[in-house]
Amino acid sequence: MAKVLMKGNEAIGAAAIEAGCKYFFGYPITPQSELPEYMAREMPKINGVFLQAESEIAAINMVYGAAGAGARVMTSSSSPGISLKQEGISYIAGAELPCLIVNIMRGGPGLGSIQPSQTDYFQATRGGGNGDYRLVVLAPANVQELVDLIIEGFDIADQYRNPVMILGDGMIGQMMEPVEFKKPKKRELPEKDWATTGTKGKRKPNIINSLYLAAEELEEHNKRLQEKYKAIKENEVKVESYNIEDADIVVAAYGTTSRIAKTAISQLEKEGYKVGLIRPISLWPFPYEEFNKISDKCKGVLTIEMNTGQMVDDVKIAVNGRFPVYFYGRTGGMVPTPNEIAEKVKESMEVKSNGCSI
Amino acid sequence: MYRDKRIRIIVGHYGSGKTEFSVNYALKIAQQGKKVALVDLDIVNLYFRSREKEKVLEKSNVKVISSSIKASAVDIPAISAEAYAPLQDEKYDTILDIGGDPVGARVLGRYNDILKEGSYDMFYVLNANRPETNTLDKAIGYLNAIEGASRKKVTGIINNTHMLKSTTVDDVLKGQKLAKELSQKLEIPIKYIVALESVAVKLPDNLEGEIFPINLYMREDWML
Repeated sequence: MAKVLMKGNEAIGAAAIEAGCKYFFGYPITPQSELPEYMAREMPKINGVFLQAESEIAAINMVYGAAGAGARVMTSSSSPGISLKQEGISYIAGAELPCLIVNIMRGGPGLGSIQPSQTDYFQATRGGGNGDYRLVVLAPANVQELVDLIIEGFDIADQYRNPVMILGDGMIGQMMEPVEFKKPKKRELPEKDWATTGTKGKRKPNIINSLYLAAEELEEHNKRLQEKYKAIKENEVKVESYNIEDADIVVAAYGTTSRIAKTAISQLEKEGYKVGLIRPISLWPFPYEEFNKISDKCKGVLTIEMNTGQMVDDVKIAVNGRFPVYFYGRTGGMVPTPNEIAEKVKESMEVKSNGCSI
Repeated sequence: MYRDKRIRIIVGHYGSGKTEFSVNYALKIAQQGKKVALVDLDIVNLYFRSREKEKVLEKSNVKVISSSIKASAVDIPAISAEAYAPLQDEKYDTILDIGGDPVGARVLGRYNDILKEGSYDMFYVLNANRPETNTLDKAIGYLNAIEGASRKKVTGIINNTHMLKSTTVDDVLKGQKLAKELSQKLEIPIKYIVALESVAVKLPDNLEGEIFPINLYMREDWML
């Protein structure tokens, strides 16, 4: 298929349908409302279901039901709406159901703003809901990658029976870029023999549930979940890095911010600076090991986010005291410029070693 | 150049490039020394609206009118009453940048008493690289629906077929083919062929419509 121009939110819908998603439950919220609008138009054409729920809480529980019946299903929202979905997400993780949850982030806290932000990193990677659960969190930096991660995300969800979250900011949702739809690398996906599809009198009923009446059983369940998360950590880390073996300073950024950082880095290279980049694509599992490849001569790692410092905690864990870790962030829906980032890189290089890292 | 009616209404499918055209067009006619107003009537989109370029435009003497609430994060369809001024004041060359799709075009109903047939041009921006308007039937579908919602008639077609900063001559010519089919079918002329300056100089000179070179004001350096 030839390249077409699509807005991020439209591309999410098209990619989901390409991946065989036939059920979408959601509730509109800026800046992702083009997605439910797209699904409302396109789902009937493939005999799928688009349903605008009465609330985000209803939508995520409809996802719970459809996923329990073995369907490929998706919901989407933006920051405050994702907060509302947290209870359902925890239930889905507990019941081990595959589904895709899209968060096109906006400024917070509370209702915040409608402009792009990355303030839900903690919520996405640490779990906004209760319990020891993990979401696979994938953070695209452009519309093509968004399409690829949506398509692969459904497979990851099915492979591990785990919810997958696509974490983009408003800019990724609203921006128009060329995209093409490619098949992902083939995965061996298990049969959904746990789904509630009717026994036809031939087997015991399957039960979808996250409640355990015996403490021993729940502990066993948690141990099994942790085994699964360990396998995900081993197999599903995605990261892009650039020039980290030779850099005097390394920038860590994801999503839109990483693209602006790339433009800043090419400006700085023209001025003779050696700047590397680590761009986590999977935020959970986080690419901790990639940071071990940074050369010893590096003077520090500068994390850039559209928040007041969230991923920087993971960067500090990854760097493990080898270098000072610096942070620069914009909030409220403000997007940093390449010049701003270039200045911060220069400032960080001037800080004396073992100086005032945050 | 640009001898269009005093009031130009820019409509089209969501994401067809109406705002980029409107901003470029406003700046070009302002350079001719005209008194220009760009009225941002986009009540659909919340990002990439012409009001974001107010500073650049005002510096070039283009008056920008949009919401009466001055804040980037307002997603309510509040339009300033000031929008009436450049519609009624005949000293202004006025460009109305309309939100995408029929839903965006509905806003024009409010000005139905002023916008009489013959007093305006309404340009339909067409991008053949957008999946929703890449065939004749789909392009006609959107055009008819926009005319219906706005109660206005399209008077010209703008071929704005592009692939952002990687647009080629072939992209523009592919769009020109579709624009020509649309033009013949509906008997509406092709008014402009929009292209990045670097692409515009390579276009053949026998195309129907005026070649309209643009700069990308709405795309940041770091964008594709």
